[in-house]
Amino acid sequence: MVTRNARIGLVLFGIYATCYAAFVLTNAFVADAMDATPFAGLNVAVLSGFALILLALVLALVYGFAADGEDAGSEREDTQ
Amino acid sequence: MIYDVSPLALAIFAAFVTVTLGISFYLGRSANSSAGYFAAHGQIPWFVNGIAFAGDYLSAASFLGICGMIAFYGYDGFLYSIGYLAGWIVALFVVAEPMRRLGKFTFADALNSRFQSRGIKIIAGISTLAVSIFYLIPQMVGAGVLVQPLLGLPHWVGVVLVGVVVILIVVSAGMVSTTWVQFLKGALLIIFSTILTVIVLNRGLTVTSPVDAAAASEASDALRTLGPLPAAEGTDGPTLRGPATELPGLTGETVVGPSDGWVGTPFVRTRNNASGRLTVWHPRETLEGKHFLDECQIVTRSLEGAELISGLPRAKQRDDGGALLRSVGSVSRLPDGAESTGPLGPLEYFRVLGQSEVRVWRNQRIAEDDGGISTVYYPKPTAGSQVLRPGEHPRFAGIRSGGWLDRLNFLSLMLALFAGTASLPHILIRYYTVKDESAARKSTIVGIACIGFFYVLTLYLGLGAMTSGALDVTDTNMSAPLLAKSVSDPLFAAISAIAFTTVLGTVSGLILASAGAVTHDLIDSFRSEPLSDDRKVAVAKVSSVVVGAIAVALGILFKDLNVSYLVGWAFSVAASANLPALVMLLFWPRVNRQGIIASIAVGMVSSLTWILLSADTYAKVYGLPAADAPMPFSQPGLVTIPLAFLTLVVVSLLTPPHELPDQAISS
Repeated sequence: MVTRNARIGLVLFGIYATCYAAFVLTNAFVADAMDATPFAGLNVAVLSGFALILLALVLALVYGFAADGEDAGSEREDTQ
Repeated sequence: MIYDVSPLALAIFAAFVTVTLGISFYLGRSANSSAGYFAAHGQIPWFVNGIAFAGDYLSAASFLGICGMIAFYGYDGFLYSIGYLAGWIVALFVVAEPMRRLGKFTFADALNSRFQSRGIKIIAGISTLAVSIFYLIPQMVGAGVLVQPLLGLPHWVGVVLVGVVVILIVVSAGMVSTTWVQFLKGALLIIFSTILTVIVLNRGLTVTSPVDAAAASEASDALRTLGPLPAAEGTDGPTLRGPATELPGLTGETVVGPSDGWVGTPFVRTRNNASGRLTVWHPRETLEGKHFLDECQIVTRSLEGAELISGLPRAKQRDDGGALLRSVGSVSRLPDGAESTGPLGPLEYFRVLGQSEVRVWRNQRIAEDDGGISTVYYPKPTAGSQVLRPGEHPRFAGIRSGGWLDRLNFLSLMLALFAGTASLPHILIRYYTVKDESAARKSTIVGIACIGFFYVLTLYLGLGAMTSGALDVTDTNMSAPLLAKSVSDPLFAAISAIAFTTVLGTVSGLILASAGAVTHDLIDSFRSEPLSDDRKVAVAKVSSVVVGAIAVALGILFKDLNVSYLVGWAFSVAASANLPALVMLLFWPRVNRQGIIASIAVGMVSSLTWILLSADTYAKVYGLPAADAPMPFSQPGLVTIPLAFLTLVVVSLLTPPHELPDQAISS
């Protein structure tokens, strides 16, 4: 039932969910960390926000290239 | 401020609506089967569908709500952008292809593909209707909010206008015209937002100061600052209370003594002896220890509902003795004492803003002696660095200083945004309009690119509006269009018209999802035989009209409610009701129909109940004290989403496993 695409999808999803969770938890519990300006005078809040948006696109493109063109359209589901 | 009804705005607006309707009728000729009406024959090209995703998804809440929130509070609005976009990752990696593979027209189809159960269709249909209607209300309210200043018409006219146009679109060609409207609107929204962002960056930041009250002329309408105030005798600094009848340096105005509601507030009031105009002043101390008084704005609503601005009735035209609100939003200090920065690069913008000081506006409500309520809008100089980090907005302030419950509330909201996108029925049905899973995948990727890009722009638009001097203190939703107005009137007209078609696009999708739920899921389930194809389309059109009418009525009824708040409701209910069932269907073989039905029902009811009993609803909808609300925090997601998952697992395990299709004719 879990196709190749679905497996790739889950891995990529896991990567993103971890990054998102890190972002959200930092904001919830260590909000002051967001003020630091590590790079080019930009603070962590803006940098991480942009990074998450960019990561979404990058992962989406990776998925686009890695996924099968003809997917499980012909795979019948096995109900167990 | 007076929103002049500009004929140009009207013309552009009418043009947009006409073109949209034209496309609709033209395409409507071919959509007479249910496959055509609900799913556009599955023939929408993936690239078009991708942009239509953006046009469907980026509703008033995104464009107006988020930019407005950023314009007034800074980074916090951007948290919504991040959460909304993250939800698309769930959609792409978990839901997109299976949805396309499993279903025909609606979300209930996909859920039901294995079980052929009436119960599933009914509960999923109800869930779709509930979420869609919750999502519809803020869109309709938003339409009224937009039309009021743009066309000078009352709120209900905007709502009715949207309702009528959308009903025409949806009834004429269903999904085909809806898709093309969303495609058009998505493209325009992104193009014009890009143009506006480039203008914001090119403009850079400029210091604007209020006028010195001592030197201000009578005729000037600009906001004033009084000071530096001289120290009173025997004290270290100026006293603002005391027997003074006049403020030093301010001639022609008499100090109004504090009445009950005003005692204990920092404000001082003066009344102009000649015009009767009331001015409220807010004290400010600079780093050097000098004291100033900044002019505020005040709107008073009496018990009977009459509205006064600065103690005078609202001016209908200039110089008629009335008063207006002034536009606000400025930079009070730039790094190195510069007056203006000139054009800034995209990253440079944040760097410079972070080292500047911005004048943001907050408000405070004060009860007047005669039963009326005054809202005072006062300027608050804030460090740029504070505006660029989370925690400024009252809803998010808890992450900096609050206790556990505030943090849980925040986590709950971010979880609902993450899980909600992939559960929204009007997004899910868009998967049926492309021809196969590969197209579903590619169109989602295009959608993510467009939506992600747009959300990056919202940060620039919001901050640009914050420093543009064009904000309306009473209406955060108008921030992005007003930013455009500060550039030029034609741009304002275009952006407002686009914002309006934004509402059209999303509302069409929602009504179509609702019509599908009513016709394909609910009515078909209660009949012994499904409707014939043309009857189905006819019934769908009638349902569209009915749902549209209900949406109009609710939009008028809820007109004072905060738009983004309602959208949050819809996300929480969708995520709790729909996502657990969908995810488990895809990844857990032991799931059965009872589990799915229970999960959707529990998710929907628990999240709705939680919301209706939450502090936010108590305060804003019922008008009761927030402290009385039984729920510990306002966002249910953190509790109700796992609850729905748990229900599904427990019920599936407690009931017999699903039998193979040819053995079960379940009902």
